[in-house]
This record gives sequence, structure tokens and C-alpha cells, in this order.
Amino acid sequence: MSAVSTSPQFKRNAHEALRDANLQQALGMVRLGFIDKRQAVVDKLPEFDALRDSAREIKNHTLAHLDLYLERYEKKVQEAGGQVHFARDAEEARGLILEICRKAGAKTVTKGKSMISEEIGLNAHLEANGVTPVETDLGEYIIQLRNEGPSHIIAPAVHLTKAQIESDFRRVHTHLDPTRDLSEPRSLLTEARGVLRQKFLAADVGITGANFLIAETGTSIIVTNEGNGDLTQTLPKVHIVLASIEKMVPTLEDVSQILRVLARSATGQEMSVYTTFSTGPRRAGDPDGPEQYHVVILDNGRSNMLGGEFQDMLRCIRCGACMNHCPVYHAVGGHAYGWVYPGPMGAVLTPTLIGVDKAGHLPNASTFCGRCESVCPMKIPLPKMMRHWREREFERHLMPAPMRYGLGLWAFFARRPALYRLTTRAAMWSLSKLGRSKGRFKSLPFAGGWTKYRDFPAPQGDTFQAQWAKRKRAA
Amino acid sequence: MSVEGQPRVGLFVTCLVDLIRPSIGFAAAKLLEDAGCRVEVPAQTCCGQPAFNAGDRDTARAIAAQTIAAFEPYDYVVAPSGSCAGQISKHYPELFAGDPNLAPKANALAAKTYELISFLTDVLGVESVKAHFDGTVTYHDSCSGLRELGIKAQPRKLLGSVAGLSLVELQESEVCCGFGGTFSVKYGEISDKIVSEKTARIGKTHAATLLAGDLGCLMNMAGKLKRQGSAVQVRHVAEVLAGMTDEAPIGEGKQSA
Amino acid sequence: MTSARDDLFANLRRSLSVTGTERIRVAEVEERLAEAPLGVIPARGQLDAAGRLALFKAMAEAASATVTEVESPEAVPQAVAAYLRDHNLPATLRMGSDPRLAAMPWRDTSLEIASGRSDGHDLNAISHAFGAVAETGTLVMTSGADNPTTLNFLPDNHIVVLSAADVGGDLESVWPKLRKALGKGAMPRALNMVTGPSRSADIEQTLFLGAHGPRSLHIVLVKDAASAG
Repeated sequence: MSAVSTSPQFKRNAHEALRDANLQQALGMVRLGFIDKRQAVVDKLPEFDALRDSAREIKNHTLAHLDLYLERYEKKVQEAGGQVHFARDAEEARGLILEICRKAGAKTVTKGKSMISEEIGLNAHLEANGVTPVETDLGEYIIQLRNEGPSHIIAPAVHLTKAQIESDFRRVHTHLDPTRDLSEPRSLLTEARGVLRQKFLAADVGITGANFLIAETGTSIIVTNEGNGDLTQTLPKVHIVLASIEKMVPTLEDVSQILRVLARSATGQEMSVYTTFSTGPRRAGDPDGPEQYHVVILDNGRSNMLGGEFQDMLRCIRCGACMNHCPVYHAVGGHAYGWVYPGPMGAVLTPTLIGVDKAGHLPNASTFCGRCESVCPMKIPLPKMMRHWREREFERHLMPAPMRYGLGLWAFFARRPALYRLTTRAAMWSLSKLGRSKGRFKSLPFAGGWTKYRDFPAPQGDTFQAQWAKRKRAA
Repeated sequence: MSVEGQPRVGLFVTCLVDLIRPSIGFAAAKLLEDAGCRVEVPAQTCCGQPAFNAGDRDTARAIAAQTIAAFEPYDYVVAPSGSCAGQISKHYPELFAGDPNLAPKANALAAKTYELISFLTDVLGVESVKAHFDGTVTYHDSCSGLRELGIKAQPRKLLGSVAGLSLVELQESEVCCGFGGTFSVKYGEISDKIVSEKTARIGKTHAATLLAGDLGCLMNMAGKLKRQGSAVQVRHVAEVLAGMTDEAPIGEGKQSA
Repeated sequence: MTSARDDLFANLRRSLSVTGTERIRVAEVEERLAEAPLGVIPARGQLDAAGRLALFKAMAEAASATVTEVESPEAVPQAVAAYLRDHNLPATLRMGSDPRLAAMPWRDTSLEIASGRSDGHDLNAISHAFGAVAETGTLVMTSGADNPTTLNFLPDNHIVVLSAADVGGDLESVWPKLRKALGKGAMPRALNMVTGPSRSADIEQTLFLGAHGPRSLHIVLVKDAASAG
């Protein structure tokens, strides 16, 4: 079992999200912030598209040889004095991490931002077993205070307004002066810095994710802006890296290519502030750094995606560009998707991880506008893969009955051109008579999903094919 | 009236144009004929995209096979829709990949299929049209045409040659209108939110007319604008380029225009 | 645990339809690891020495770092003292045991120097960079007693000395230099690429400097190539 899912209630989630004024205000800010900044840095790098191709080829090569690169990576970590642990699923990964924490006698662990940690529901498991996890990324810290999951893979608190955050800080930071001014984002940031600085220094174990693992050197990489990830992994005695199998890249040169497209696609930066390469524990003569370095490598269904129609999804580097450019994400935000990964990448990944029977709405709730694929730094064909999920659903008869019958009826005529022309001609002729004066319908019995929100333009009259034939006969 | 060297174009009119707004089909035919093509309309239904996007590949393949056969004789196949042209030129080959009999035919059809406006400019080299349209228009870039086929400059180029017309750019014109075929019905509430954002931006242009190259998107935006009581008139770009704007705008009655 | 590992690899290989012993695959992997082929290198990463320095400065400043140029290593202490004074910061400084820093005439200033790792209570620290990347204005720091990693993150104000000769054009230029220093396939415990001071935009997409790491990053660029490490 992983994090709890409300994906089956996507429609209800979306309905509530559309009526949540705070959320809609926050989402209004997402839209232009991310999109314009990304475009500006992309425009400054003429090689950007060539780098996308390069990045895609690197990951394709790596995935095709993943077993061999993982073996090499493991060997190199061990040579550097680190330990590698493999976990088949979420439960195994949680167990491994708890075990390491227990051996270290850990009471509190600081955490850098990690989506895999969300995926395996790590915090709840640690807490239930007497270990207190402290999220240190500002956004993650905020949502931890609220007992919420992230609504975005790189900006976890993007669904909140500063007024909401202020009220959370006042609720939780009761040791601070209640009359302090927290009206500006800067003062909230300063307060979080002060509170978390103490946690960093007191933590027994630090847990981070990894943006990449490098086979050549046995290195894990984190890419951050705040510096929290570095404090998390540098100060405690034990550093645990939690990463999934597809984070692998062969060499330092390879990761350099992908780093160029990552920050630009994610936050519109030329380079994130901190790109940190970690290789093993503290060495002889080192004055700082962890004494133990563990890597927990998680599969959790990913190896099943190799060699199949969803393999391309394993190229994903979690930049968030797809959701930043998604009209559906803009409308309903990340929580509506109901599990860890929202937006287009979530619509492809979530059914793999929790089952298409639970997450079937996600690949369906897309207009296929293709903007996600057009900005994906790894050129993942996201709409195509959402369509593959629809195919799986269709094969398993998971499509809702009215939709199935409607499409079936339409298909029946579309496959019989003569009958189609006859029937549609009659239908359009009568519809046009009904709608002639206004030119549109306020409601139609078979199209309530449409006419509840907008008018339906009336047909002009005779079909084009009928009129064309008439015209040809007259000529 | 076949003339040596005159391209023989099969007009794939699209099911929506066939049923809802034939005047777009006639506008397309006029533009093609004016550009020197011989236009023919073989019996046709739909490109099969609804089935394809619903995950029903068997039905999608059956309909596609029908289209492949019907349009085999033509030099070119042209559709007044980026979405349907994209289905044929980008997705038919995908549907028949590995099929020794139909894959070559699907690829051949894909290679000669174009969206109307880009066919006029990119293949026929049309630089301008002889049309007149008084007023300010704005233009929505429909997603499939824009991102699958790269249609962005072509309609603007030809609209620039229409006498009396002035184009005001629509903010975020590349953002989806929320139509998405059956999405607009299955997820009507989300679709409504997306189209409402679109109509708000349309309002900000103060243009009297909204144009686009896909009837699905146009019906969605017109339907919302009319529900909101907007006076903005909505037309397919081909109607304006062909100078055929006598028909009432989309979603308006015969008298109201 | 062994069985989890074996299962995971078995599943991977089943999906990929491989055994893991195919000579061609193994050779492809060995070749890639040995040769580490270059990908696309942006034109802006391929400038001459003067162009690199100018670009490095511009990019670092665009990332909200500040840059001072000095003519020689001997001029660094005065430049650092002036920076701290100009910013009303106390005349304190923590540093590691980097011989290049140690050789500088700190006694000529009134700075109070502390040495070793930071425990989180230092306002100012200074490190010597291993190198830098012009295309993004990025500093490359390596861990060890010379330049403890904690100095990169805990102090409020981080000052980094960078030899002009160590500024590479592109990101990839770091790796041959590192392999030359440490050997192929070896890495320092931590290699920190730092591009500007720490920041967060997690609240309403409003960007503010000084999240958990330094609030300011000041780079002292030493033109004299003699100190190149």
C-alpha cells in the first residue's frame, strides 16, 4: 500500500476544486509565472531543442541497458563506502528506511523534497513507528503543517495563498511573538528558515531523493534552490538517498546534458542554485558530511514498464513543465488528481502505480491539446500514452456505459457511409428546422454535458455531401 | 475540366462540417478552386478520431481503412481542420504500423494529406486572397493544427491580405479552448472552466469576430460566447478567406447577424 | 534483501528480454562508461578565455551573485575585508585549510579568522572554488578539509575565491579536470555546483533570496593564473 488515493473521485475532486476560491486564486498565479519564465530561458539557448533530443537518447540508451548500469552503480557506491538496498515495492522501501533509522537510534529525521517518499507514504510510516519526519523544503514544510500532500511535483504548496500559509504558521509556531508581522512572503520565508535551522542541526538522519544516479561514479544528485537538501544530507550522521530505478544515467557527461534541460523546464532558471553530487560517506580527513551513506533503490512497478508501451514514461525527470502547461491542471490543480503525481505525467504514471481501475479518470481527463508533449524536456509522448491507457480501459470495458453506447452508435453509422449520409441528412434537416431562428440550442436531450454550460450551434440545414451532390448534378 | 498539371484534390470535409456547417466546405472548395485545384468530394463519414481517442482501435482502424480507400485516387487530400488532417497524417500510420497490407497505404495517404490553409500557403504557394471583410478579428490557434502540423503563421499571412480586415492577437492564443472532443461532454465542468478563460481573453481583444481553423473548437467557443450573451461573431477562417460570409455566424440565427 | 535485489534484476531483465550477459550490451555499456561521449555543447559554452570570464560574470550576476575582480591572490584579503565593511557585516570569517587561502596575507586585515567546519553559527565564510562554468555562472566546490561543505550552506554570507584560470566554458569542462585530479570514475564525497545565493519561490511564486542556505554569494575572481590549482 502506498499513499492514499482519491483518484476514483476525480470528478468530485474537480468539482470542489473549481469552487475553491483560494485554490483558484493560487492557480491563477501558476499559469504565467512558470510559462513565461521557461520560455524566456529557452529562447536564450538556441541548442535547447537539440539538447532535448540528446537527453531523450541518453535515457533511451540507459533504459535499454538499465540492469547493467544499476549493477555498475551499485558497485561504485560500495567502493566509495556506501550501501545500496533494493526495494521491490513501497512496503519494502519503508521497512528498509525505518530499519536504518532504528539502527541509528533516530528520533527525528530531516527530509529533502522527494516525490518517491510521497509515493511510498514514508512520513506516515515513520511517525507510526516513533520517528519524527521533518520536511525541510519550504513548500513541503508548509503542506506537512497542513497534513496535505503536494499539489505539484516541484512546487508542493502552489495551491495555497500566502494568507493561508500565514495562518498555518501562526497556528503551529506558537513559541513566536503572536503580534509579529507575517503579511509578506519574505517574512514567512525568514520564519521558516529560523524554525528549520534548529531542526537541521538536531536531526539524526537526513533523507533525500535523487534527481539522478550516475553509474560511472556511484554518485547521487539532488537539484535544489533552497539549500535544504544539502543541509539535510550534510549535517546528520546518516544520509539515506531514496531513488527509483529510472533515475540512472551512465556518465557525468550524460547528466550534464539533462541538467541543461531540467532547470530551464522546471523553474525557468538557467541552472538551479544547488546541484549536488554525493558519492559515499565522509572520508578520512573530512571535517563534515554523513558517516553513513545509504541508497534505497525502489522499483514499485517500474520494471514492468520497460519493454512496453509505457517505457517512454521512465524518461521523466520530474520537472513539472507538463502540468505547468496543462489546461486541465490549471483548472483543477494537483490535488484533484487524487494521488501523488498530478497533471499529464501523473495521468500516465498513476494508473501504472495504483491501477487503471482506480486512476482511469486521469488519462481520460485530457483534451489532448498536446502542449505537455511540446514542452517536455525528454520529449515524452504524453497524449499518446494517455491514449494507450484508454485502449487498456476499452479492452477491459471500463468505459462508462453511456459513453460506450454513444460511441458505439456513432461508430455503427461511421462505418456505413451510405446509411450515414441518409441518416445524418434527415437528422440535420430536422435539427436545423428546430434551431433555425436562434441558430443554437440551449439544451439538447443527448448532450446535457455540453448544453449545461454552453449553447449548441444548430446545423445549417442539408449536409455538405448532399448539397455538393446536388451542385454537381446541376453543373 | 481536367487540365494537365491541375492538382486533383479530394476534399475531406470532416464530419462536423458535413453535418453542422456545410458553408465551411464550400468555402474550402472555393479557396482550392481559386488556387487552381480540381476539387472532388468522395463519399466519406469521419476520420475516426473519436474512436481512436476513446481507445477503440478496432473501430478507428475500420473507419481509417474506409478513408484510405476513398481517397486513394487523389493527388492531395485536404481538410478544413487541423485536427482531422492531423489524425490522417500523424495517426493513421500509427494505427497500421506493422500491417503489411495497409501500412504502406496509410503512409501514402498521410504523406499527401494537408490542412486547408497550410496546403494553400505551403504547397500551392498562395500569397494572398481576393476577399473583403470589414472589421477587427482575433484568431485562436487550435491545438492539433498548431502542435501536430505547425500551423501558426499560415492563416495570419492570408488574413493579412483580406481587404478591410484587421487582426488583433488573442492573448494565450495557443492555449486549448477546452473542447477536446468527447472531453467537452465527459468533463463538461472542467471544459467549461477552460472555455470561460478563453472567452474572457477573447473579450479583452475587443474584436468583433473570432476565427479559428477547426469547427469543434469554434462550436465550443461560440457556444460559450452565446451562452454568455456575447456579441462576438464566430466563423471558420476559410469563410472569411473565401469571402463567403453571407451565412449567419456559428451559433446565430438567420436574422440575428 | 538479497532476494529483493535478485527479484528486481530478474524482473528488469524479463521486461527487457535480456539475460544481462549479452556481449554486445555489455560492450556498449563498457564503452560508454569508458569514453563518456560528449553531447550537445552550447555555443555560449565555447568562448575564448576573455569571453568565458565575461560570460561567467554576467551569468553569476544574473543569478544574484556579486563579483569582484582582483589582480592577484595577495589582493584577496583586502577585497574581502572591503566587501564585509561595505555591507555592514562583522569582520569575522571562517575558512577551511585550503593552502591557496592559507597563503593569502590575512594578517594585513583586521578580520577575525576561524577555521574548520561550521556549526551553524557563522555569519561569514570563505571557500576556494575547484572551478566554475561560464555558461551558467556556476561555481564548482569540492568537499574536504580544504573547503568544508558546511561552509557552502550554513553561513549567511558565503564568499568564494575563484581563479580565472579555473573558469571553464561549458558544464562538461569540469569532468576532465576532475578526472585529472582524482582519477577516472572517482568523485569527491560532495561536489557542489552553486549558482547564486539560496532562494525559494514556494510562496505564491514570489522569488526571495536566502531560503535555507546563504542569503548572499560573493565571488572574488583572481585574474592572476599563478594560483590556478
